[in-house]
Amino acid sequence: MTEISHHSQVWSHRTPRTRLFMWVGWLALVALFVWCWQIMTRDTIWFFVADAPRQAADIAGRMVPPRWSYLGELWLPLWDTINIATLGTIGGVIMAVPVAFLAARNTTPSARFLRPVALFVIVASRSINSLIWALLLVAIIGPGLLAGIVAIALRSIGFVGKLLYEAIEETDQSQIEAIEATGASPAQVLNYGIVPQIMPAFWGITVFRWDINIRESTILGLVGAGGIGLKLQASLNVLAWSQVTVILLLILATVVISEWVSARMRHAII
Amino acid sequence: MSPIAYPTSWRRPPQIIRDRRWRIAVQLGILVYLALAVSTVEVNWARVYEGLDRGWNFVLGFLRPDFTSRWTDIAKGLTESLTMTLTSTVVGVAISLPIGIGAARNLAPRPVYYLCRGIIAVSRALQEVIVAIFLVAMFGFGPFAGFLTLSFATIGFLSKLLAEDIEDIDAGQVEAIRATGASWAQVVNYAVQPQVMPRLIGLSLYRLDINFRESAVIGIVGAGGIGATLNTAIDRYEYDSAGAILLIIIAIVMVAEYGSSHLRKYLQ
Amino acid sequence: MLRIEHLSKTYRTGDTALSDVSLEVPKGQILGLIGPSGAGKSTLIRCINRLVEPSAGAVWLGDVNLVTLGKAELRRQRRRIGMIFQEYALVERLTVMENVLSGRLGYVSFWRSFTRRFPPQDIQRAFALLDRVGLLDHADKRADALSGGQRQRVGIARALAQDPELLLVDEPTASLDPKTSRQIMRLLTEICAERGLPAIVNIHDVPLAQQFMQRIVGLRAGRIVFDGPPEALTHEVLTRIYGEEDWNAMKRGDEEQARAEAEARERMEALAQ
Repeated sequence: MTEISHHSQVWSHRTPRTRLFMWVGWLALVALFVWCWQIMTRDTIWFFVADAPRQAADIAGRMVPPRWSYLGELWLPLWDTINIATLGTIGGVIMAVPVAFLAARNTTPSARFLRPVALFVIVASRSINSLIWALLLVAIIGPGLLAGIVAIALRSIGFVGKLLYEAIEETDQSQIEAIEATGASPAQVLNYGIVPQIMPAFWGITVFRWDINIRESTILGLVGAGGIGLKLQASLNVLAWSQVTVILLLILATVVISEWVSARMRHAII
Repeated sequence: MSPIAYPTSWRRPPQIIRDRRWRIAVQLGILVYLALAVSTVEVNWARVYEGLDRGWNFVLGFLRPDFTSRWTDIAKGLTESLTMTLTSTVVGVAISLPIGIGAARNLAPRPVYYLCRGIIAVSRALQEVIVAIFLVAMFGFGPFAGFLTLSFATIGFLSKLLAEDIEDIDAGQVEAIRATGASWAQVVNYAVQPQVMPRLIGLSLYRLDINFRESAVIGIVGAGGIGATLNTAIDRYEYDSAGAILLIIIAIVMVAEYGSSHLRKYLQ
Repeated sequence: MLRIEHLSKTYRTGDTALSDVSLEVPKGQILGLIGPSGAGKSTLIRCINRLVEPSAGAVWLGDVNLVTLGKAELRRQRRRIGMIFQEYALVERLTVMENVLSGRLGYVSFWRSFTRRFPPQDIQRAFALLDRVGLLDHADKRADALSGGQRQRVGIARALAQDPELLLVDEPTASLDPKTSRQIMRLLTEICAERGLPAIVNIHDVPLAQQFMQRIVGLRAGRIVFDGPPEALTHEVLTRIYGEEDWNAMKRGDEEQARAEAEARERMEALAQ
């Protein structure tokens, strides 16, 4: 065994340098966490936190039994919620399509100017949650379904636009080239070479976003933008927790059903 | 060549619904639904017209944002949001790890699997805003409730994706390690961890980004952060301050997205 | 028919793909373009219909110089040039018929093409072409439901739907098995003979080129290093084109199948007379 005695007896997975690097990284993360924690909890009233279990028990006690008779008042707001989501999705998709074509590297008419603008529209729409859009729109055009629909539409532009422009950039270049070689005009190349290729992605994204929009539109009423969220807000204001239970269960059921529908539709498309 | 009479017309065959009657029924159904849906939207055009002015003011505010006059409020909200984001992501990821492993069919025993899947389902089914409403009611206003909300939401998101990743790993590697006589913990450490680690880091960074965006929303229902500041600004019709806040949010999201994509590339 | 004069192409990266290529293709001639990968075969073909913009030189189709044309006029001239691609380049999610009709895009308005209402004679011609390539029953199928050989037949029908005066063929058999390759090459040469159509065929398979082409042009590093009949492709010439590559092994392996194809060649010769 003397031949291998000069090998190191200690084997380590990483070089000392990377190990040191990792330790420093972890340490920095822990330090950052502690620091952030302290800043965040500076104004926290720990008495309330300690009291939370009692509060929770209290609320839970008020939530059951659910006031099922309230269900009758909820069907119309639920119908509104579904309409907000559907009409908002349609509006968002209609606006997202041109944005996506402007943002895609291979279809943008001007990479210098229009592409950055389109990308900014996408980022801006994606960064701002639909509830914030609703908050703004309620202030601007007044409470109601329209504010909700426009909020959902504005939020959907970024989501649909981003996924769609990525799909456009992933199209098979040779199919487009082949259509160009026939002497087709740019509009015809779009119609025959690009659109058929992105159609499955387009429908998949749209249905996916519709599913998300159903979820999001259930709470838009909290800021006055219509739908079942209005009832939630009203019940919370009068501390009618037994009604809140009914609303939450109905929202849950709607979300589960819409998820199922969207999964089935996407399955049928692909 | 013998002259064969080829047809002179051709229609593209329908691709999705082949039966003509069904197709008409579906198209009609969609039309009727759209008509009904649009008719439920009652628009008070006078109010909208009145609002156009304010809308224009908002656009102006967005173009000429005012960072200074409400800066102390903005800074406070921003600090709350950022600290809330980081702490909730760290805590959420830490809790997600055991739950994610527990929710992986190939590693966990049946009862644990069902328990963890149940936790994930509950966390995913509830909207952040609704969770925030409850937590604010229990823990009082402020970022602590927001921190709890985001941690809770992170668990559902991360555990599910982590569990799916673990279920997708190469079974051969797991068997090879198991064959050496390794214990369960050693299997997780040697066969599972190296395979899912890069994805886990990527998902955590992605969630950090989402948590920041959500932190701007849950403030509206009282859970602290920049959302509360934004809500106040809009309530007071201070569109230039609101514009400034929105621009800050957009900028931070852009930086986070850009940074995390670079970090992910670097780590993988 | 086609006259290429001093054509050069330098890519933006600085790579010279073609330098000073001059070539003349008379009506009815099938010309095979051979050479190692990266020799500029693909670039040469794409410079003709300007899918790649040439850096210098002229391409005369009849009495039109394609290189100097503006966008709209280029589109009109592209109708005269049919192109067949290596990976078929069919629009996978459209039906076979739509793919063939897409060859008429340069002739119809956007609105007609958008609503798929092509003129009756275009549709009749498309059916006739599908019949010619043996796919009449597949008109309503989607392109991605076809096999490789069938897809390339649709590609041929699409190019012919343009009623072209010249065919550009880019590695038509690179993605096909040897038997299907020969069927496709035979179909191509037959069709060209029927219509007196000149064709430039990019081809990496030397035995296949020798068997089907009337004239061979060898390209190496962007320059023409051989131009002559297939019989003149000696060992020495091939070494000049390909370097010391072992193209002989490729040749031997194909010999048996080549014999089986002798009959087809005779048929070709009968047609050519």
